[in-house]
Amino acid sequence: MVHLTINGRVVQASEGEMLLDVIKRLGIDVPAICHHDSVEPFGSCRLCTVEITRADWDGWKNYVTSCLYPVADGLIVSTHCEPVNEIRKTLLDLYLARHPHSLFIQKLAAEHGVPTTSYAEVPDGDDCILCGLCTRICERMGFSAISTIGRGHTKQIAPPLKEAPPDCVGCLACAHCCPTGFIKYSERGPKRKIWGKQFERIACSQCGKLTLTTEFADSLSVTRDIPREYFDICDDCRRMEIAATMGRLSQWTREEETAS
Amino acid sequence: MRVNKPAQLTKLRKELVAAEKKHAKKIMVCCGPGCLANGAARIVEELHKVLKKKRIKGFKVEALKETGCHGFCQQGPMVVIEPKGTFYTHVKPKDVEKIVDMSIRKDETIKRLLYDDPSNGHKIERYHDIPFYARQQRIALRNLGQIDQYKIEEYIVVGGYKALAKALTKMRPEDIVAEVTTSGLRGRGGAGFAAGRKWSTCAKAEDTPHYVICNGDEGDPGAFMDRSIMEGDPHSVLEGMVIAAFAVGAHEGYIYVREEYPLAVENLKLAIQQATEYGFLGENILGSGFDFTLKVSRGGGAFVCGESSALMKSIAGEVGEPRAKYVRSVLKGYLDKPTVLNNVESYANVPVIIDKGGKWFAGIGTKKSTGTKAFSLVGKVRNTGLIEVPMGTTLREIIYEIGGGILDDRPFKAVQTGGPSGGCLPEDKLDLPVDFDTLTEAYSMMGSGGMIVMDDQTCVVDVAKYFLAFLVEESCGKCVPCREGLFQLHGLVQKICDGQGSEEDLEKMEKLSDVIMAASLCGLGKSGPNPFISTLRYFRDEYLVHIRDKKCPAKVCRELIRFDIIDEMCDGCMACLPACAFDAITGKKKKVHVIDQDKCTKCGACKVVCTRDAIEVL
Repeated sequence: MVHLTINGRVVQASEGEMLLDVIKRLGIDVPAICHHDSVEPFGSCRLCTVEITRADWDGWKNYVTSCLYPVADGLIVSTHCEPVNEIRKTLLDLYLARHPHSLFIQKLAAEHGVPTTSYAEVPDGDDCILCGLCTRICERMGFSAISTIGRGHTKQIAPPLKEAPPDCVGCLACAHCCPTGFIKYSERGPKRKIWGKQFERIACSQCGKLTLTTEFADSLSVTRDIPREYFDICDDCRRMEIAATMGRLSQWTREEETAS
Repeated sequence: MRVNKPAQLTKLRKELVAAEKKHAKKIMVCCGPGCLANGAARIVEELHKVLKKKRIKGFKVEALKETGCHGFCQQGPMVVIEPKGTFYTHVKPKDVEKIVDMSIRKDETIKRLLYDDPSNGHKIERYHDIPFYARQQRIALRNLGQIDQYKIEEYIVVGGYKALAKALTKMRPEDIVAEVTTSGLRGRGGAGFAAGRKWSTCAKAEDTPHYVICNGDEGDPGAFMDRSIMEGDPHSVLEGMVIAAFAVGAHEGYIYVREEYPLAVENLKLAIQQATEYGFLGENILGSGFDFTLKVSRGGGAFVCGESSALMKSIAGEVGEPRAKYVRSVLKGYLDKPTVLNNVESYANVPVIIDKGGKWFAGIGTKKSTGTKAFSLVGKVRNTGLIEVPMGTTLREIIYEIGGGILDDRPFKAVQTGGPSGGCLPEDKLDLPVDFDTLTEAYSMMGSGGMIVMDDQTCVVDVAKYFLAFLVEESCGKCVPCREGLFQLHGLVQKICDGQGSEEDLEKMEKLSDVIMAASLCGLGKSGPNPFISTLRYFRDEYLVHIRDKKCPAKVCRELIRFDIIDEMCDGCMACLPACAFDAITGKKKKVHVIDQDKCTKCGACKVVCTRDAIEVL
C-alpha cells in the first residue's frame, strides 16, 4: 500500500496502480478520452494530465499523464490547478480546431470553458480524434485488422492499403468504442458492412434472430476452442433451452420424490 | 582467419603493420558522403585504371585506399598521398594521370591541386598544416580518412580490437563500467546522459536478457557525423558495442540505421561479417567464452524513430511511436528488457577510453563535458565539413578558425545547434564554450552535433518556419500537443512570414509553446517549439519588424518583399525578360524595364541575370 495526496486528500492506493485509477475512484472528474479499462493506457489525448510534486522536490513540479503514471508514496497530485486547467483548455482548443464538427469534442470543450477554438480551423477536419482506441481494442480482440497509417498531422486510422481488411471479422468492437462515432457501419438484413468489407450474420436456427458474423463465429470457435454449432442459436434461445432443461430436471426430481 | 587469443591479435597486427610498411607510398581517396557525391568513385576507378596501365615499380595496388570522410567536405573530392600527407583538393578524373606520374612515380607535388589558404593566398601542401585540421582533436573520428573503410585489416593496423582484447581478458565487466564512468563520457546523441550510469544500471538489472543497441538514426537536417562513422569506420562502432555488451551482460545487439543511409548499412553488414570471421563477434569472442551477436536493423525513414522508445518499438517490428517513459528504457527497453542504447559516436569513443583509460579521456574537454565532440559544420561558413574538437571550444573558434569565417565575408547572424529541437544563438553568444550544459543554459543544445551557420541573408522567422514544418511532418502524430500544437504553431509562424501576424499572435504562440513542452509525450514534442522559442528569444525585433512594419529585414519572406528596377541603373539590355518565366517584366531595348508586381512571383531570376545590379529587393 502506498499513501499519496490528491487535491489535498491523503488516499491509499495499491502498488502498481495508475494515478488515473485512484483519481476516478475518488470521483474526481478528469477527462481521458483515449482511455478504456479494457486496454493498456496509451497517453495520446493528454487530457488526464495532472501536476505532481513531492515534499522533497523543493517546489519542483512536473506534468504527467495520470493514465500512465504509477502511484508512489508521498506523491502530491493536483488534478485541477491553474496550469493543468490551462493545458487541458489548450488541448481542447486544439481539438476543436482539428475537429470543428465533432459534437463530442464540442460538448467536452464547452464543459471545460472552451466554447470556440482560438486557432485556425482545419477545413476538412473529420471526427477521428486519433485516440487509437479502435486499433488497440482490435488488437486486444486478437485481430489487428486496422492500424494507423502515416504520421504527423496526416496520420489516419485505416485498414491495410485502405482496402477491405482481410483480418476484420466485423465484430464492431472498434465502432462501439469510438468516442466520436466516427467509425461507421451499416446493417441491412443479414448483411453488415464495415471498413468496406461485407459480412453475413448468422441467423438463429430457432428464432431466426441475427447474431454474430460468420467470420467472428469461425474465429471464436478456433481461438477459444468453442464448438462451431454453439453459435447456431442465439443467446435468448439458448437461455430458453437451458430453462426448459432445468424445468425438466426439476420435474424428474419431483416425480422421483413422489414415487418414493 | 579466426583470432582466438589476444596474443594472436598482437601477432597479426605486427604482420599487417610490417606489410603496410612495405608500401613506400599510399594513396588515400576520400569516399565520404560529400566526396562521393562529387564523384570520388570515379577518381578511384580512374586511379585503378591508370595504376594498372602504368605499373609503377614498388607501388602495389593495395596502397590505394578508399577512406571514410576526411572532413574537409568543401574541398572534395580529395586525394591524400602518404607518407608526406600531400593534400590534393577538388580532384577531377582527368587529374589522375598527372597525380600518378608526378606524385607517385616521382616525388613531385602538383601545385595547382593544393589547398589555397584564403587568408594569405599561399598554397599549403600537408593537410596537417591547414588551419581546418590543425585546430581539431580527433577521437571518435580518429580513423576517418586514415584507413580503408572496407577492410578490417586496416582497422587492426591502427590498433583496432586491441581494446576489446584488453576488456575481455584483463578486465571484469564492473571494471569496464568503472572506466567508462571515470571517463565522464556523456551520450553523444544529444541528451548527454552519463554513459557509465546507464551501463551500470543495466548491468545490475535483474531481469534478463539484456540488450545493447546502437542508435544510427541520425535525422537532424545537415548532420552527418554518425553517417560518416558508420560508413568510414564501422569497426570502431562494433568494437565499442561488444565492449558495452560484455560490460552489461548482453549477448544480442542491434544497430538501428536510418533508411536514408544505405551505404552505412552495407558497410556495417560487411564489417559485421568480417568481425565475425575474425572472432571479434559471435561465439567465444577472442577465446574468452563471451558470446555476442549483432544485427543491423533498418529504419523506416521516420525522424521520431531516433527517440529511444520509438526506436526500440521499430526494431521489434511495431509502429515507431514513443511510449511514456516513466519507467526508463535502460530497465524496460527493447522487448521490455533492460537495454543500453547509445548512439554511434558514443560507441566509437569507447575503444579509446578502454585503451587509454578513463582518466585520459576525462582530461580532455571541460569538467562536466569530457572528451571531444564531432560536429557537422554547414551553412554559410567558408569551410563546411566534419570536425571534432575538445568540449569547451568556443563557437567563435569553431566558426572562424576551423570554419574559416562566414562565406563571402558577410556578417554573422546566428548559429543553429542541436538540430530541429535545438536553438539559434546570436553573435553575443559566440564566445560560449561548446559543452552540454553551457548550450542548454543558453537555451540551445548540443544535440547530435549539427551546426548550421547563418549570415545576414537568413531570416530567422523563416528558419523557425522551416524547422517547425520539419517537425510537423516528422511528429509521429500519437499525442495531441505535438500533432496539433506544432501544426498550429507552424501556421502562426507562416502567418507572420506572410505579413498577417499580430503581436497578440506572438503571445498566443508563447503560451501554446509552453503547453506543447509541458504536455507532449516524448522529447520531440517537448522540444518541438524550440525553433520558435529560441529565435524569438534572441531575435524578437526581427519578429516585430515582420509584424509591425510588414518587412523582412533579410529579404527572404516572399510576401514581404518586392523586386523593383532601379531606373538609373537599367540600361535596357533586355536580359531579364527571358529570365522571367511569368512575363512580369516588360521593356524595350535601351528603355528602362518595368516589373508588373501582380505577375511577379518573386523568384529572383531577374536579379541573377542582371549584370548591372539594376534590380533591387525592397
